[in-house]
Amino acid sequence: MSKNTTKEKKAKKIQEEAVQVYHKPLIKRRKPNRSVSGDIALGIFLALVAVIMVFPIVYAVSSALKPLDELFMFPPRIFPRRPTINNFSDLFVTMGKSWVTFSRYLFNTVFITAVGTAGHLFIASMGAFVLAKYQFPGGQAFFKLVTVAMMFTGMVTQIPNYIIINKLGWIDTYWAIIIPAFASPMGLFLMKQFMESLPTALIEAAKIDGASEWTVFTKIVMPNVKPAWMTLIIFSVQGLWNNRASTYIYSEEKKTLVFALQQIQAGGIARTGQAAAVLVVVMIVPILIFVFSESQILETMASSGIKD
Amino acid sequence: MANENAATKSKVSPADMSFFQKLVMMRRHNAKVALKKMKTSRNCYLFLAPYAIIFTVFFIFPVVASIFFSFTYYNLLESPKFIGLNNYISLLLEDEIFLIGIKNTLIIALVTGPLGYIMSFFFAWLINELPRWVRSVAIVVFYAPSIAGNCFVIFSVFFRGDAYGYVNAFLMNIGIIDNPVLWLTDPKWMLPICMLVILWMSLGTGFLSFVAGLQSVDPSLFEAGCIDGVKNRWQELWFITLPSMKPMLMFGAVMAITQAFGVFDVTFQLCGYPSTDYAARTIVTHVYDYGFSRFEMGYACAIATILFLLMILSYKLIEALLNRVGE
Repeated sequence: MSKNTTKEKKAKKIQEEAVQVYHKPLIKRRKPNRSVSGDIALGIFLALVAVIMVFPIVYAVSSALKPLDELFMFPPRIFPRRPTINNFSDLFVTMGKSWVTFSRYLFNTVFITAVGTAGHLFIASMGAFVLAKYQFPGGQAFFKLVTVAMMFTGMVTQIPNYIIINKLGWIDTYWAIIIPAFASPMGLFLMKQFMESLPTALIEAAKIDGASEWTVFTKIVMPNVKPAWMTLIIFSVQGLWNNRASTYIYSEEKKTLVFALQQIQAGGIARTGQAAAVLVVVMIVPILIFVFSESQILETMASSGIKD
Repeated sequence: MANENAATKSKVSPADMSFFQKLVMMRRHNAKVALKKMKTSRNCYLFLAPYAIIFTVFFIFPVVASIFFSFTYYNLLESPKFIGLNNYISLLLEDEIFLIGIKNTLIIALVTGPLGYIMSFFFAWLINELPRWVRSVAIVVFYAPSIAGNCFVIFSVFFRGDAYGYVNAFLMNIGIIDNPVLWLTDPKWMLPICMLVILWMSLGTGFLSFVAGLQSVDPSLFEAGCIDGVKNRWQELWFITLPSMKPMLMFGAVMAITQAFGVFDVTFQLCGYPSTDYAARTIVTHVYDYGFSRFEMGYACAIATILFLLMILSYKLIEALLNRVGE
């Protein structure tokens, strides 16, 4: 009996050893060129920086949730003791009392963002398609111009843009913001770089089957670049949502939501709570959109490099 | 006469032609080929046309117009009057506020540009090694400040000038300072605070590009490097990762230039407009001041043109620098 068990134990031990040898990894570390202590040190460093990065945002959100007496408490607390949504409801009351209704501001922003983004997606994709998949005189040169234009949009061109829009008679209309947004260089750039990774054989096969360029574009290319769609939409929405457009639009009823909200922000100390609520409302939209489309954006950005 | 000439020319064999004649012939031939290509790719132009037209009107033409208007006096009401180099002369020799602006912009650009660029890459590189879900969270955390609208105004609460400002209170409590510092109204402190805020927001589109680019670097390169004698992560970074990231690095550089030279919102909202002693004035603030407060469009265009030249110059510089990475 006892002999048997020792034998069994021995057998088990040998087996275990065999298994261990079998499982012994060929390369000891998961990644070459890494030290464990370095991994830990850099991890701690990264965590520290992450806390610093996120602190102002957390603070803004928590101030928006603080009741009035806690807002002016000293020393301040990071997290509210009695969280409330009063600031947000106050914000709606204030907006409701303004001469132009809240829904009108919201409509303006949504209209500008929706039309601008849709047009941008369509027009930029059309241009990107031929730039990526066909060779024609002037194509490369044009793309180079777009690449350089990514750098100085907005700052250098704002004065002549004002003059041009003035001459076109678009001052104080939505078009002053929407039409220039159609041609945002960033969108065309990212779309073209992403479309280049699409196999040319796909397009050629469709052509042999008798598809026109338009059919190729709408039926084959566009469905295959969905991640890039999302990216274009997000960058465009971010740009348009945050656009205060204060230089182009002066009628109160055509102003954007962000502009109106930031007017409230300037309302002094009595509106501290509401101002914090405004911060949260303004920043939550782009951040949420990003969170939900992160993987698609990263997929697009992987082809964002500028090659010579 | 001309026809005769052309006829005799075409009969001459290429060997007898002078260099110039050959050049002309080649050019003509190339032009013909290009024209034919253009005709066959008519559809391409049709596809590109809507974008190209809007892009030209709102992005290319304004740059040209800006250079043109910079030589004129133009106030939107009267037609532009040509005044030669006068705008530039008064900008560089008489306008002291502009010199403050250009100095501030250069300081901000030289500090936050490279630093923000390196930070973007460095954090993207560190994040890249994290497990998948931690990585997604980390990307959101690092990227959020740059898309958080004007969330940065919260810094004006931290850096308030009285003893109740958090930074002041903290520093007074631990005894580093005795009196509250007027962070956002004292010319000495405005720029550093603004740069701090800009750095906080500097992990933007370039950062995303780096994160995505790092994930697509071929992992077998690292193993090959390990065998070839790469000893630690820093050597790996310099010899393998950076060279295979060059296109993304160039894209990131474009984003960094935009952000470093275009500083406006942060100084505008944190330090006020105009700021004390113009200590937080930047080139873009100056453009805004002359363009939309005083409506001296010609003068504003001259400032914008200088900004444009600065950006193109730094773009070329970075392009040259990046070509030497990993050598």
